Amino acid sequence: MYNGWIFHCDLFDMKRYSLTQAFLFLLKRDLTLSFRNRAEFANPLLFFILVITLFPLAIGAEPALLSRIAPGIIWVAALLAAMLSLDSIFRSDFDDGSLEQLLLSAHPMPVLVLAKVAAHWLVTGLPLLLVSPVLAVMLGMPSEAQGTLLLTILIGTPILSLIGSIGVALTVGLPKGGIILSLLILPLYVPVLIFASSAIEGAAGGLDVSAQLYMLLSFLFLAVSLSPLATASALKMSMG
Amino acid sequence: MPEVALLKIHNLACVRDDRVLFEHLSLSLCREQMLLVEGHNGSGKTSLLRILTGLKMADEGEIYWHETAISESDSNYYERVIYVGHHDGVKRELTCLENLRLVQAMGNPSAIDLDDALEQVNLYRYGDTPVSNLSAGQRRRLALARLVVTEADLWILDEPYTSLDKVSMVLFQTMFEMHLKQGGIIVMTSHHDIDMPAVDVQRLDLSL
Repeated sequence: MYNGWIFHCDLFDMKRYSLTQAFLFLLKRDLTLSFRNRAEFANPLLFFILVITLFPLAIGAEPALLSRIAPGIIWVAALLAAMLSLDSIFRSDFDDGSLEQLLLSAHPMPVLVLAKVAAHWLVTGLPLLLVSPVLAVMLGMPSEAQGTLLLTILIGTPILSLIGSIGVALTVGLPKGGIILSLLILPLYVPVLIFASSAIEGAAGGLDVSAQLYMLLSFLFLAVSLSPLATASALKMSMG
Repeated sequence: MPEVALLKIHNLACVRDDRVLFEHLSLSLCREQMLLVEGHNGSGKTSLLRILTGLKMADEGEIYWHETAISESDSNYYERVIYVGHHDGVKRELTCLENLRLVQAMGNPSAIDLDDALEQVNLYRYGDTPVSNLSAGQRRRLALARLVVTEADLWILDEPYTSLDKVSMVLFQTMFEMHLKQGGIIVMTSHHDIDMPAVDVQRLDLSL
């Protein structure tokens, strides 16, 4: 179970690690940690699947209605699943003191933050991308819309992780930060939700949805470039 | 060697919940010197150490490293300091070796082989043991192993002897003396009696 191979590094030459190496190392370390805590990280995915499978049971077998509200269901579930998993980005590192060691690292903190958020997305966001086609078929989503669904999830879930990391960084020092975290983050998630579900709905109706997708992409670039800076400063404040 | 102050603390103050923990604190440390921070519980020892690492903001005052304030971006302070705090900062799910590799990746790796480093802190053959299987004292030794696997001038140690047995205490005391002899600086707090006659120790009592 303890797979040491993940950590073996051929580039080991006793000099300071380059920034890229440090980034990849931290990414690998976080992926190893989540692999060893599989149960905890399977939780958001399970939640996502459960919520979506419960909708047809509650609403009843009305294919027309289901296929119309499918984009909304999938995206609301993805958003809640992301919120459920956010705390794990920094919580355990904060509790055992690894986070203060990262802050004291010789490498710039925003890059290390980006590595941690990337690992978080690979573990919690990517699985949603893999299961959502099946769930879309189950909800009877028109096949024209399914490609767009995947695109929005591919572009949208990293935004959720990136924005969420700012909120977690701000609340990680508080004993009961969970509620504040939701209040803080949810309003920032709403634009993603609106553009993503509107893109899928448009695609289902045969419309051109490139405007919404470009909008989402611009959110993504904005989040990638700015949120690690905000998260790093917020973490410093949480430590004080 | 000329006495050049490497680390300077100027007019430092820390206030917590309207209580002044310390103020007008100024001192300087040269190479081969150790600062032992003493005081009763809650007197601000840990706060002072965290301010020195830059993790906590001082309410007043400034810290200089090589005459440059550590808050300035051209200060290389963070490459030259190792902090071992109350928390061990090791991951329970990772093995000892994985933890040390991470420490090296994040800091300034020293030229030592990791197995030798483990041997130095009496954790030889524990390399592939997950940290969750170690005892508290062993975890502490692993946390202190970051002093061996990375290089720095300044060691900031908050209660390094917590949960260590007598043998390990002697072991680390020797390590601290070696570091000072090689021109390093140590700032530490400890409730244990420090008996290091060969070392230039400055004592700072915060309860006064």
